[in-house]
Amino acid sequence: MLGRLNRLTASRWGIILAGALIGVLAPLLQRAGNPPNMGICVACFERDTAGALGLHRAATVQYIRPEIIGFVLGALVAALIFREFKARAGSAPIVRFVLGAFAMIGALAFLGCPWRALLRLAGGDLNAILGLAGLAAGIAIGVGFLKAGYTLGRAQRTYAAVGWTMPLLMLGLLLLVIFRPQFTKDGPIFFSQSGPGSLHAPLVISLAVGLAIGFVAQRTRFCTMGAVRDVILMGDTHLASGVGALVAVAFVTNLALGQVHWGFAGQPVAHSSSLWNFLGMALAGLAFALAGGCPGRQLFLSGEGDGDAAIFVLGMITGAAFAHNFNLAASPDKVVNGAVQVGGLSSAGMVAVVAGLVVCSLIGLTMRQAPAKVEVQ
Amino acid sequence: MAAIVDARGLSCPQPVILARRALEAGDMPVVVLVDTATARENVTRMARKAGFQVQVQAEGEEFRLTVSK
Repeated sequence: MLGRLNRLTASRWGIILAGALIGVLAPLLQRAGNPPNMGICVACFERDTAGALGLHRAATVQYIRPEIIGFVLGALVAALIFREFKARAGSAPIVRFVLGAFAMIGALAFLGCPWRALLRLAGGDLNAILGLAGLAAGIAIGVGFLKAGYTLGRAQRTYAAVGWTMPLLMLGLLLLVIFRPQFTKDGPIFFSQSGPGSLHAPLVISLAVGLAIGFVAQRTRFCTMGAVRDVILMGDTHLASGVGALVAVAFVTNLALGQVHWGFAGQPVAHSSSLWNFLGMALAGLAFALAGGCPGRQLFLSGEGDGDAAIFVLGMITGAAFAHNFNLAASPDKVVNGAVQVGGLSSAGMVAVVAGLVVCSLIGLTMRQAPAKVEVQ
Repeated sequence: MAAIVDARGLSCPQPVILARRALEAGDMPVVVLVDTATARENVTRMARKAGFQVQVQAEGEEFRLTVSK
């Protein structure tokens, strides 16, 4: 039984089903209360979680998102059932942390992770095209580094406690969102009263969807960065077929729910400053490619015992805190007196994106090994 | 004569890149050592797509993939 399921999930149909599942559930989460064109956004939801914990004080984006918790725990359950849970770590953790932080700064310049870029497109937000083009460009640069011998080095098998740390942290977050304790008079824990952070589906629904997607994505290795990378690197469309299914199914679901609104200007939780949509996602794409996975994939890996992926996630959460504390995150377009006011990045945000591109390029250039000699026996 | 690629501890796509490089070098068979199910699937998929045969042997928590024509 497990063997047959394994063959399905490793097949092309498996990855298409995973993409389709996300494609149908994300718009439904939006219908159930999540922010517009943000049924699921790993970067935004980690940012909201950072805000709820008081790591940043942007009052409109604070909520412990149960989807994130579900992704890690769903992947944990899948890995345990299929005997793939394996505690491993030690592959350049500090570099992964920095990559995670800059990935988040790039994603928040665009206002979304690759999943949300796809969901924004499926909701008619044409700015997503610039973001996706930037993502592909960043990944292409990362592929160039990989071809030239870039490596984060080997991970080692380690204590089970290392692998369990992230799932247990997520259980802690789950307790915090269920019981909502207040630690000081004015918080934390913070929960937004207005703005995107105040928009959320009921906790049980968010958690259940997170668990389901975490389970399926762990089995199928769904990864948006890998989808683009594998096409560029070797013309392999396996993961890309999952991404295609996500967009197609999300678009049809959005149509059925009346959630498609075409255009560039005035899109929800988005800005139409094209250059920074492109460059922000180029930074994110490069960081994901160097770290070996998109934000979703990093969560699933951290659920199956990968301590290095967990460090990347913590880097992203820290990056989100910096992005809002230092005003690096983009502001969305606003409609003032009937006129669209274009949002975008502050000067500090622009400097951060460029600095991120420089730092990630230095990482890609300097962490190289000569092609390993093949041992012949 | 077998070429051995030790990709244990490396995360994807590196096992695939190393395996492909060894296959292009032409010494057959190529033995690829990996330690995650993801790397096993990815290397196997790449090799089969390129027209090779892959034999998978589980060795404890690791896998030994023998790739041949």
